[in-house]
Amino acid sequence: MFSYVGFIVLFPLLGFLVLGLFGARMKSEKLIGIIGSSTVVLSFLLGASIFAEMLSLPVSARSHIVKQFSWIAAGNFSVDFAFQVDQLSILMTLIVTGVGSLIHIYSIGYMHGDKGFWRFFTYLNLFIVAMLTLVLADNFLVMFVGWEGVGLCSYLLIGFWYDKNFEKGTTGDAAKKAFIVNRIGDFGFLLGMFLIFATFGSLNFDTVFSAATVFTRGDTTITWIALLLFVGATGKSAQIPLYVWLPDAMAGPTPVSALIHAATMVTAGIYMVARSSILFALSPVAMDVVAIIGALTALYAATIGLVQNDIKKVLAYSTISQLGYMFLGLGVGAFAAGLFHVMTHAFFKALLFLGSGSVIHAMHEEQDIQKMGGLKKYMPTTYLTFLIAAIAISGIPPFAGFFSKDEILWKAFSDGSPLLWCVGALGAGLTAFYMFRLVSLTFEGSPRFDEHHLHPHEAPKTMTIPLIVLAGLSIIGGFIGIPESLGGGNRFEQFLSPVFAAADSKMLLPYHDVTATEYILMAVSVAIAAAGIYFARKIYLERTEIAGQTANRFPGIYKLLLNKYFVDEIYDASVVTPIEKGSEKLLWKRIDVGLIDGLINFTAKGTEYASQFFRRVETGVVQSYAIAFVAGILFILGWLIAR
Amino acid sequence: MIPLNFYLILSAFMFCVGVLGVLVRRNAIIVFMSIELMLNSVNLSLIAFASFLGDPTGQMLVFFVMTVAAAEAAVGLAIVIALFRNKQTVNIDEINILKW
Repeated sequence: MFSYVGFIVLFPLLGFLVLGLFGARMKSEKLIGIIGSSTVVLSFLLGASIFAEMLSLPVSARSHIVKQFSWIAAGNFSVDFAFQVDQLSILMTLIVTGVGSLIHIYSIGYMHGDKGFWRFFTYLNLFIVAMLTLVLADNFLVMFVGWEGVGLCSYLLIGFWYDKNFEKGTTGDAAKKAFIVNRIGDFGFLLGMFLIFATFGSLNFDTVFSAATVFTRGDTTITWIALLLFVGATGKSAQIPLYVWLPDAMAGPTPVSALIHAATMVTAGIYMVARSSILFALSPVAMDVVAIIGALTALYAATIGLVQNDIKKVLAYSTISQLGYMFLGLGVGAFAAGLFHVMTHAFFKALLFLGSGSVIHAMHEEQDIQKMGGLKKYMPTTYLTFLIAAIAISGIPPFAGFFSKDEILWKAFSDGSPLLWCVGALGAGLTAFYMFRLVSLTFEGSPRFDEHHLHPHEAPKTMTIPLIVLAGLSIIGGFIGIPESLGGGNRFEQFLSPVFAAADSKMLLPYHDVTATEYILMAVSVAIAAAGIYFARKIYLERTEIAGQTANRFPGIYKLLLNKYFVDEIYDASVVTPIEKGSEKLLWKRIDVGLIDGLINFTAKGTEYASQFFRRVETGVVQSYAIAFVAGILFILGWLIAR
Repeated sequence: MIPLNFYLILSAFMFCVGVLGVLVRRNAIIVFMSIELMLNSVNLSLIAFASFLGDPTGQMLVFFVMTVAAAEAAVGLAIVIALFRNKQTVNIDEINILKW
C-alpha cells in the first residue's frame, strides 16, 4: 500500500483540475459537491488503509520513502519529489483528510446557493493538495512548496467573498494581511533552509537529520537554523509576534475558518517543528524560545478572547491560544503531546467553527453574540455538539481536550518549569471561561434578537452530520492517548516515539515515575477549568450585570482587551505606515521620480542644450557638405604625402 | 609618344575643374555635368595606365564606370526634372529644407 501514497495527493488534485476547468459550466451544486468531497474522502480511505498496514508492521519497518519523480538535479544538489510515509506524516494525513472530508460535506450545505460554489470547492481541493504535500514531503523544499500552497489557498479563501466589506476594509484586505504576514514568516523559513543547505549540503529530511546527530547540543549554527525555522512556524501557526493575521482571516467563509484556520493549515508550524525535532532538540535556546512564545501566546490570546463579541473572533483567539499550548508542549520536548493536541484540537475546534457557521447561517449572517441568546431551543443539534466541543476544549475529563492539554501541562511542569505550568493553567482557566461565555451568550438565556422577524432554524443534514461525527470524535478522541498515570499507557505517544527517538536521545529528559504531583496538578487544572465554566455561567446567565460592572470598574483593562492590546495599531504605526509613507514619500517621490527619472531627464536635456549649438552645422545646402568632403579628402591626402 | 605624365596632368586638371564646378556652381544641371567631368577624368587616367602598363584591367574598369555613369545620368536627370516640377527652379541654394 505504501507505494500508492501518491494517490492520496492525486485524488484532490484531480478534483481541483476537474472543478477548476469545468466547474463554472456545471449547473448542479450536487455534482460539484460530490466531486469536491469524494476526492477527499477517497484520500482519507487510502490514508486509513496505509495507516492500517503500518500498524500491522513491526516498528522498524514503518517508515517509507516513495519517490514520485526527480525534480531538481543540479551538480551535486538534487531534490526528488518524494513522499515520506511514517508515523508522523500518516497521522497528519489522516487529520487533514478526515477533518477535511467532514468540512467538505458540511460546505455543501453551508455554501448552498452561493454564486461561487464551484470556485469554493476548487480552492478547498487545492488546499487539501497543498496541505498533503506539506505533511508528506520528504525534504524541506517539497515541504516548502506545500507550505506556500496552503498560504495561497488561505489567501484565496479568506478573500473568497471579495465584494464583501469586512471591518474597516474589505475581505481582500484581510486576505492580503494574512498573506503578507505569512511572507514574513516564510522569509525566516527560507533563510533556515539556506542555512540547512549550507551546513548539511542537502535538504533531505533523512540526510539532514542523521547528519545532525553528530553535532553537540548547543551548537550555534543549529540554534540559528532552529530559530529561523521557528520564525516560519510563528507566521504559519499564528504565534506572537506574527499572529495578527488569524483574527482577520475570519473574513472567509466559516468552513474555511474551520478547515484552514483551525484544524489543519495553522498546525503546519507545529508539524514542521516536530518534523525537525532533532534540530530543535540540539538547541536548548531554541527550545526555550519555542516554549516561552507558546506559553505567552496561550495566555495572551486567551485574555483577548474574554471580551470579543464576534462569535468567530472568540474562536480565532481561542485557536491562537491553543496553538500556543501545542508550541509549549513542543518547547519542553513533549513532541508527541503537542501533536496529540493538534489532533484533538482539530476535532473540537473544527466542530466549534462548524457549529458557529450553523449559528451564523441560522441568524442570517449575524455574528455578534450580544445579539443572540436562547438559540438552544431552535437548534438543538448545533447546541449539543457545540457544548460537547466547549467542554472538550475546556479540558474536562473524559473529553478529548482533557488528555491532550493535561499531557502538555504536565510535561511543561516536569520537563519545563513550574512557571510555564502556571501560565498554561491560567490560560486553560481563561479558555474554559470564554468558551462558556460564548455558549451562554449564544445558546442560553433569553433571546436578544427580534423573535418575530427572525426565525432561527436548525441546519440541513449535510451540515449536522459532520457536526455529530466531530462531536463523537471530541468525546472519544482522547482515549488513544490516556497517560500512564490513568492506566492507559499512552499509545499515541508510543506510536509516534520512533519519529522523535533521535531528539529524545539528545535531550536526555529524565523518566518520570507516576507521582502524586501529577495527580495533584491534574486535579488543579480540572478545578481551574471547572471554576472557569462555573463563573462564566454565573456571570452570563444569572447575574448578567456583573460583566458590565467589571468592565466599568476597570475601563482601562477592558479597553485594552477589547482592542486586542492595540497590537494592530502598534504594527500599523511602527511597520505598515513607515513602509507605506517611506515608499511613497522617499522611494517614489524622491528616489524614483527625483533620482532615477532625474538622471534620465538630465541626459536628455543636456543633449538638447548641447545640440542647440551643434545642429547649426546642418545647413541644408548640399554644397557646404561637399566642401567638407573635399576638405577632408585634401587633409587625408596631405597627411599621406607629408608623412 | 606622349609621356604618361601628360595624361595624368590633364586628368588631374579635369578632376579639379569638376570639383570646383560641384562646389561653386548653383545650377543643378551644371553641378551634374561637373560630376560627369570628374568621372571622365578618372576614366582618362585609368585608360592611360592600362595602355602604359599593358594591362587591360583598367579598360575593363572604365566600361564599368561608363555604365554606372549612364545609369546615374538617367536617375540624376530624372531627379532634377522632378525637382523643377515641384519648385520651378534648379538653383540648389533654394533647395535647402533638409536642415535643423
